[in-house]
Amino acid sequence: MSTELQERVPRIRDSPARRASVVLSRHARLRLGLLLTAPLFWLGLVYIAALAALLITALWTVDSFTGLISTTWTLDNIVEVVTGSLYQTVTLRTVAVAALVTVVDIVIALPIAFFMAKVASPRLQRALVIAVLMPLWASYLVKAYAWRSVLSNDGLWDWAGAPFGISSPGYGLTATVITLAYLWLPYVILPIYAGLERVPDSLLEASSDLGASTSRTLRTVVLPLLWPAIIAGSIFSFSLSLGDYITVNIVGGTNQLLGNLVYTNVGAANNLPLAASIALIPIVIMFVYLTAARRSGALNSL
Amino acid sequence: MHTPIRRRGALGVTAGAMLLLAACGTTSGSSPSTSAAPSAAPSVTATTIGAGEGTVSILAWPGYVEDGSNDPAVDWVTPFETQTGCQVTSKTYGTSDEAFSLMKTGDYDVVAASGDASLRLVAAGDVAPVNTELLSNYDGIYDFLKMQSWNSVDGQSYGIPHGYGANLLMYNTEAVTPAPTSWDVVFDKASSYAGKVTAYDSPIYIADAAVYLMTHQPDLGIKNPYALDETQLAAAVDLLKAQRAHVGEYWSDYLKSIQSFETGDTVVGTTWQVIANSIPEGTPVDVVLPVEGVTGWSDTWMVASKAKSPNCAYQWLNYIASPEANAAATAYFGEAPSNQAACEFRTDCEAFHAGDADYAAKIWYWSTPIAECIDGRTDATCTDYSAWTKAWAEIKG
Repeated sequence: MSTELQERVPRIRDSPARRASVVLSRHARLRLGLLLTAPLFWLGLVYIAALAALLITALWTVDSFTGLISTTWTLDNIVEVVTGSLYQTVTLRTVAVAALVTVVDIVIALPIAFFMAKVASPRLQRALVIAVLMPLWASYLVKAYAWRSVLSNDGLWDWAGAPFGISSPGYGLTATVITLAYLWLPYVILPIYAGLERVPDSLLEASSDLGASTSRTLRTVVLPLLWPAIIAGSIFSFSLSLGDYITVNIVGGTNQLLGNLVYTNVGAANNLPLAASIALIPIVIMFVYLTAARRSGALNSL
Repeated sequence: MHTPIRRRGALGVTAGAMLLLAACGTTSGSSPSTSAAPSAAPSVTATTIGAGEGTVSILAWPGYVEDGSNDPAVDWVTPFETQTGCQVTSKTYGTSDEAFSLMKTGDYDVVAASGDASLRLVAAGDVAPVNTELLSNYDGIYDFLKMQSWNSVDGQSYGIPHGYGANLLMYNTEAVTPAPTSWDVVFDKASSYAGKVTAYDSPIYIADAAVYLMTHQPDLGIKNPYALDETQLAAAVDLLKAQRAHVGEYWSDYLKSIQSFETGDTVVGTTWQVIANSIPEGTPVDVVLPVEGVTGWSDTWMVASKAKSPNCAYQWLNYIASPEANAAATAYFGEAPSNQAACEFRTDCEAFHAGDADYAAKIWYWSTPIAECIDGRTDATCTDYSAWTKAWAEIKG
């Protein structure tokens, strides 16, 4: 019997891969360590180290004439960024634009996502997901410039709005909010749609069986379950708006956001330390935002 | 434009250089090893052009070094390569500051720099003095472009002038009446065109305000728009802050400017001749050189202080200054040529007022603002480019 078995089971060949896998299966910690090396390397070296380098650059200064960075430690740039009225104004404007874009996106995304997840047939649902994703296949610049021509003086908006007495807002902060809200909309719809998909239909039915009105069901059953998904979507639209400088450049008129200040200080002024100091502002804001989101428990379900 | 380029210019120099051929090591514009102050002109200058090294690396504005790869009809690099045996590799840059950063890599032998970068390149020791006596085509360059504050330091030339142009006033002939003759339409009278004024988006635009103040507030005592002390800069900043309320948008991308004049989003503001030329026929716009004068640019071909191929670099400088090559490059970019004979190879010279010394005299060419006042004042300290950059950020708010 035992000899028969031995004949049927192929002989185990002793290869280096085989030996390695034996070692790995016996040593759980080594296995875990190797698995984590690549992501930790990425997070540690590429992400954290880059941020640290940024912080260090912010503590240096630049010789304005020869353009050479002098590596003497100083807090001048950071003090200037924190106390300068220019940076305060621009920071407030940037946060306001990012918040407004986020609100607009959530308000538009909620009904669309609800329709996609709960009303549409599976076939239509698939078509709608593709429709939502479609704009992501076009270049950012193409979409921003398209809005530039839509909003222009003799553009589509003015032409279509003329019979109703609606004229284009022209280039400025309104145009910036509209364009950014358009650009980031798919990133807000998708998490909310995914969140809604996870809300069981039976809960809605139970709520209605127990006599709750539709609005009450939405308020007390759907919204609390959906909250983490909404916050997840808002992180995308808020952080992407916070760092944007291209859209403002194209449709923002004379306005500038934090991204533009960073861009001009790197590109035009060749002042990397000041640019690094300014770049710390959105990092700090996002840090606060993510901490608040974590406290609300929104990140747990991601 | 594509007459076969005659082989006199660059080849002549090459032949001459062969006779004078000295050891390669001594024929370079080697790097200044000492101070980087603008006054400390390096003492070592090329005295002869030796044999070409076989390659030359060029850093330039887009459209300055075309070898036919972007547009087969536009090629003035291949003739140079066949004449001299120097193979050209080139890189383009988008802003003067980008060029300034790239020159620090030491990878380039030649750079085409505008006046807002050239003095900084000299100060940083990145470019070497140029012995113009070795360049046979230097004689053909307009005198009013030679030995200017942006291409020479202490009487030492730092390169060969390329094209030049003016930052003009463009206006919509229907919206802006009567036709303006002064910059006041974008400053004191800008409120008439609120939301439809445009301005060039760069710290160097502060000089445009200074040019206006030279005429309208003479008691400020501005002699040169690139030499502003604290008070003068503050006055220019105030003027620009007042202007900002009426500005629809700033431009630095010239395609954006063309589009907004076409659609009527902008009706008045600064422009370049090349923009005016690119606006489709029928658009009611016109350009004018206002009475106060204008700012403008005059670019300079410079040689890197650490050039690996100094001989090929000199040959390129001489070649690009030749009438044919100068005509081709400046016509493609849309600016006036620097060589007097270049207009024989161009049909559009009049649009750019080439060689019109009176016209050129009204242009304050871009120059890097530095602490040492370039208008000759010794009792004052001027504001430097970093102060202008900060001021510009505050003006935009």
